[in-house]
Amino acid sequence: MGKWTRRAFIGTGTLVGGGFVLGAAGFAFSPSRHSVKPEDNGAGGAGQLNTWILITPDNLVTVLVPHCEMGQGAQTALAMMAAEEMGADWNLVRVKEAPARSEYANAYIGRAFLGDRLPGFLSRGFDYGTYRLAAWYGTQATGGSTSIRGTGVYGMTVAGAAAREMLIAAAAERWGAEPSECSAAGSRVSHAGSGRSATFGELADAAAMQPIPSRPALKDPRSYALRRTAQRRFDIPSKVNGSAIYAIDYTMPGLLSAAVTMAPVAGGTLKSVDPAPAEAMPGVKRVVQLEHAVAVVADTYWHARRALAALKPEFDDGGHGAVSTETIFAAFDAALGAPPSLPGSPAKVVTADYTVPFLAHATMEPVVCTVRVDGDRADVWAGVQDPLNARSTAAAALELGVNQVHVNNLALGGGFGRRLPGYLDYVGLAARIAKPMSPAPVKVVWSRENDIQHDFYRPAGMMRFSGGLDADGAPTAIRSVYAGGGDRESMFMPYAIDNDATAHDAKHPIPTGPWRSVLNSQHGFFKESFVDELAHAAGKDPYQFRRDLCDAQPRFRALLEKVAAMSAWGTPLPEGEGRGMAIAESFGTIVAHVAHVSVSPEGTLKVLHVHSAVDCGDVVNLDTATAQVQGGVVFGLSAALLGEITIAEGRVVQRNFNDHQMIHLKDVPEVDVEFVRSDAHLGGLGEPAVPPVAPAVTNAIFAATGIRVRSLPIKNAKLVKSGVPT
Amino acid sequence: MAINLTVNGQRHALDIEPDTPLLWVIRETLGLTGTKFGCGIAACGACTVHLNGRAVRSCTLPVSTADGGDVVTIEGLARDGTLSAAQQAWIDHQVPQCGYCQSGMIMAVSALLQQHPHPTDDEIGAAITNICRCGTFVRVRRAIHAIAEG
Repeated sequence: MGKWTRRAFIGTGTLVGGGFVLGAAGFAFSPSRHSVKPEDNGAGGAGQLNTWILITPDNLVTVLVPHCEMGQGAQTALAMMAAEEMGADWNLVRVKEAPARSEYANAYIGRAFLGDRLPGFLSRGFDYGTYRLAAWYGTQATGGSTSIRGTGVYGMTVAGAAAREMLIAAAAERWGAEPSECSAAGSRVSHAGSGRSATFGELADAAAMQPIPSRPALKDPRSYALRRTAQRRFDIPSKVNGSAIYAIDYTMPGLLSAAVTMAPVAGGTLKSVDPAPAEAMPGVKRVVQLEHAVAVVADTYWHARRALAALKPEFDDGGHGAVSTETIFAAFDAALGAPPSLPGSPAKVVTADYTVPFLAHATMEPVVCTVRVDGDRADVWAGVQDPLNARSTAAAALELGVNQVHVNNLALGGGFGRRLPGYLDYVGLAARIAKPMSPAPVKVVWSRENDIQHDFYRPAGMMRFSGGLDADGAPTAIRSVYAGGGDRESMFMPYAIDNDATAHDAKHPIPTGPWRSVLNSQHGFFKESFVDELAHAAGKDPYQFRRDLCDAQPRFRALLEKVAAMSAWGTPLPEGEGRGMAIAESFGTIVAHVAHVSVSPEGTLKVLHVHSAVDCGDVVNLDTATAQVQGGVVFGLSAALLGEITIAEGRVVQRNFNDHQMIHLKDVPEVDVEFVRSDAHLGGLGEPAVPPVAPAVTNAIFAATGIRVRSLPIKNAKLVKSGVPT
Repeated sequence: MAINLTVNGQRHALDIEPDTPLLWVIRETLGLTGTKFGCGIAACGACTVHLNGRAVRSCTLPVSTADGGDVVTIEGLARDGTLSAAQQAWIDHQVPQCGYCQSGMIMAVSALLQQHPHPTDDEIGAAITNICRCGTFVRVRRAIHAIAEG
């Protein structure tokens, strides 16, 4: 495996700045001021030092961030990484989302693959998020927990350091001094010998004329003044007074709105619909019939929605009308066959099956997209995790070139994978509905029923394990088979156990896609449940059992020890209470949880406390890092306790939040989070807290009751032992 | 039908179908988009506003039932440019993530604190049944207690 070096990276950038473009796709690359069009920064007279950093004469630093903000805090943290290297005064730093253009694409990661040089965070097996990012080469995606560890590490820090050196070079030139005699801090360059100083704003124009340094020196982390502190997010004030504009809020003169009904069975088509009842209703402009859907376009969304309810469209089932949850899991079961055989002759054999259901993303803002088609130009307003893919999706639907489509990305009311490239069906749908309404702009708002019933679901899955123990209770081997998806990263176990997993295929027509933590969400539950079962079968404490198998994995061992201490593991608990532990690595970050639960004699579960120890290498913004872990725990608890999409007659059974339930505030435990710093490359944080949640809870239920929950969600399990009076 | 509404202190005489949910009158007729659509069945609370001082879920409330009423939305919580206690606590505790549910969350919490200035966890749990998918509840609860403790 080749080595991805900083030198290779910046060298390429300089070449690009000089007009050389590497790679067939021909992306320009940051830091390179030549790749930026002046209209991007919207600030006349600004000195743009490279693609991502802009300094204006009023001494403000604006960081152009090529990632969307969904509340994960990436924009603020990325600006912190640039500002730290620059020596900028944090109070004088602003962020702005980069426009949807190829110059801001994820080329710096993509090129690493083209050049057969892999970033360090890929070195452990296969990292799904990064693999996806490579597949998105040429996208401007936000996903796979990659913003900080990709753009931040390989882009923002280098861009910030380059900017600092250019500012210092400009000041040294002005003062006839040596650059080495000058320093940058507080958005000011100073010359210690003469006492002279100048603000970044005063130096910006001259700095922009300096050559781009080929190897800017990065700060020693021990001298960080901004990184590792808790800083407030830029986007929060607009989210407490109603002023943030999400896609559903966007409006303009002449805007029409549409409500839509889609074929209830995936792959079904519209057979017939009588548009007359809707056309007779107030405000209705048109009933638009598409291959898989019917839409009502009206002057307001309420008028469209009400008129849509008057239609009785008929759809066929695309040949999938016999599919159900039962047929899907029966196919999984058949594909897996008998429990896998184990090598040798273990003294004790443990076998177990685990299943997880389909899950919906259910972002709080249903997906919404506004499209205006006017001649050979189309404009798109949406909240997406990749504006470039939104552009190509709309262009394909409208049979336009990508340069004829202009995408404006708005605040995202949740993402979790629903708005990733390849899953922007709502952009294509809106384009097709808006086309016959040209030149009027049309906002297509999905109802919650549309959203729950027409998602790309977290895949359902099943895993079958065999595990052996020797006479002393030491594990001899684990063999497993699974259906529903998996990859090397999600399969990884840190334990010193001879372990092998084999994929089996059982196809079904239900659309699936990435969902916060992707395949790790299933396999975190599978593998950490089975390890817990092995520990109990060996008669060992589940923490000690795990820890003793992690001698060769010091990061894992340190986290297990940390979370055991945080949770007072091993101290006595009242009857009916228990603690459960689980640990998993995903997206370059390891998370260990201990869940503390109580189960009443009637079988009512309460999760009292979740302790989380996290090794993401190092944190950038301590507050948003903590928030991502807290949020990941809650997201994981909703899925573990209640989350389930079921299929009957080819259709999704659940319709809305009344039957696809989420946990409420009263169900939320205390969550305490501690970060353990390691020398590992920075890891992601948007997703890694999710996978160990479910197994920590089910392992705790076992500790409390002796009942092993092997099938999610937990609400379907009976937590009272048969024969025990209630 | 003529409907009279006072919204954030401003009086409106509206000619509108009486079955239109208050949510869509606020968002589409009055152009106040801080109040959000989340489910349309009063299950998630993203559309929570105050009607005559009480928290209501506006997505299922026909505007006719609010006729003559006094409505406050998230845009009307701040007074003379000063954020309300809940809004300020939401910033101090960095509560929102994607932020989409937070208008409704803040309106529900504001109403709760008017009735119970010092709520217990049980009272908070009973009153705040809004859904947040990002999982901000840990901070919501912390912010509520911080306001109550003044």
